[in-house]
Amino acid sequence: MTPEPVIDVVGLRKSYGIGQSSVLAVDGIDFSIARGEVFALLGPNGAGKSSTVEILEGYHDRSGGEVRVLGADPQRLHGRALLDWKARIGVVLQSTNEENVLTVRQTLQQFAAFYPHPRGIDEVIAAVGLTEKAGARVHKLSGGQRRRLDVALGVIGRPELLFLDEPTTGFDPVARREFWGLIKQLQDEGTTILLTTHYLDEAAHLSNRVGIIAAGRLVDLGPVDQIGGAEARVPIVRWRDAGGRIRELRTDEPARAVTELVATFEGEPPALEVIRPSLEDIYLQLIGHLGTEAEGDADSAADVGSARGESGPSAADTTRARTPRETEGVSA
Amino acid sequence: MSTIGLGAVRAKYEFISYFREFDALFFTFLFPVIMLGIFSAAFGGMGDIGPAGHQVNFATYYLPAMVAAGILLSGVQNLAVAIAGEKSNGTLKRLGGTPLPPMSYFIGKLGSTFVTGAMQVVVLLLFARLVFGVELPTDPAKYLQLLWIFVLGLLACALLGMALSAVPRSGRSATAVVIPLLLFLQFISGVYLPFSQLPSWMQTVASFFPLKWMAQGMRSVFLPDQFKALEVGGQWHLGWIALVLAGWLVVGLVLTRLTFRWIRKDA
Repeated sequence: MTPEPVIDVVGLRKSYGIGQSSVLAVDGIDFSIARGEVFALLGPNGAGKSSTVEILEGYHDRSGGEVRVLGADPQRLHGRALLDWKARIGVVLQSTNEENVLTVRQTLQQFAAFYPHPRGIDEVIAAVGLTEKAGARVHKLSGGQRRRLDVALGVIGRPELLFLDEPTTGFDPVARREFWGLIKQLQDEGTTILLTTHYLDEAAHLSNRVGIIAAGRLVDLGPVDQIGGAEARVPIVRWRDAGGRIRELRTDEPARAVTELVATFEGEPPALEVIRPSLEDIYLQLIGHLGTEAEGDADSAADVGSARGESGPSAADTTRARTPRETEGVSA
Repeated sequence: MSTIGLGAVRAKYEFISYFREFDALFFTFLFPVIMLGIFSAAFGGMGDIGPAGHQVNFATYYLPAMVAAGILLSGVQNLAVAIAGEKSNGTLKRLGGTPLPPMSYFIGKLGSTFVTGAMQVVVLLLFARLVFGVELPTDPAKYLQLLWIFVLGLLACALLGMALSAVPRSGRSATAVVIPLLLFLQFISGVYLPFSQLPSWMQTVASFFPLKWMAQGMRSVFLPDQFKALEVGGQWHLGWIALVLAGWLVVGLVLTRLTFRWIRKDA
């Protein structure tokens, strides 16, 4: 018997507004997260990440599909059962601008009182690196310090499941590294974590698996090193041919291809490059496909994932993957 | 921890926050004290007022109005603006992600409002006594009367403030919506202008709202009994005061119960 997943999502849909003007923010998403796993949802702004997470946190009712979080459907919980369920989760929302005049320590003391088995105040303050600011008023903290307090408030109740919605937006690189250490520590203690982020390196560093969301759909799901499928990682050999055109070849044997090119050119091939697609290349390719095709025809977007799997990327796709920012507005 | 215990925890931190926020402190806590000072100083030279033989000075005459206004501001204005602000800046959303019962949140608001409201009354009385030499009642029965009007009035005002917090779309617009509304109410309810000198249609309009009754109740506590001749019908009408305040309490309770959400619900 396999243990029940901490989060189980089947066919999740969410639309905002009614009638003609309604917008489909989440359009049929399936995934599940096992106990102790760190799962990252990646995707551009407006892709449906926060809508999905806020449904799982119990803030919003869904429009369709099934959701189970810690064995319960948050939308059907009420009264004491809802509060008991909330005591088992930790929520770090996207950054807010609260005018909190309490100190860091007072704020944590207050929130600790809400939970049945809170962590120690000083332990949590130290874990997020705010020991020196424990007596400072929250509204006087810098953006990064506030974000660390947000995380501290999310973990003070010793949650089994922690939601982190874009936790490191606005962090400097040092703060981000420290934050990653904190997440690793929580994972080692057995906390299940659902993270949304814009940062691929963050997802790669922290998560066991990632789900990539674009235009309300999950376009890929799996361990970070397998996202996009094996063919998306096939190296690219690029050179300039005799006519001055850039040529590309995708091959699992780049050395052999280069050897053949050297033989053909009877020397050094002009502008020779051997490229292994980075995670970012693969990600941009995944959401890039959807970004452009979904604009005109929402239905075709659904097929992108499978189409990519069946036929290897064409030469045009490869070019796009290498220099996406120049060829299209991926991040829009 | 129990719902009431958590309410007490919230009340403690609400109380600490209240005295660290300049806006709340000035516009709800000190405002009636300052107004009492200004009115008494400005009109003090015009002589005493009231029925012949029982005249009092201006500070004595304005004290009950300022006590009533303080209850209104501490209850309606402070809570409506504070909760609307907490709704729009993400505080409520964050609390909604924790196992804090919504009832504890309200108990916390009520608890801190009662403590700060009571402190405000004490400050007003001390200020009136020490600065303007106002004669305070010596009969313990009068203080019992003050107590029930204060508790009932503040409870009704606090619940109305909570209900009203659902109206503004943002924390910033809350101030713009609530303050003019209450200023209007204060003028027609005889807080700044003597109620007995207002046109009768204005008195009638004011009779539908709680402030007129709180002010009347406070006059019955702090003014000589002969002043009741100036009231509508020549009586203090304590029964009506209790009835109207209790009615508004129920209205506020029902509206709050129906409208409160940790976050604005989407369609």
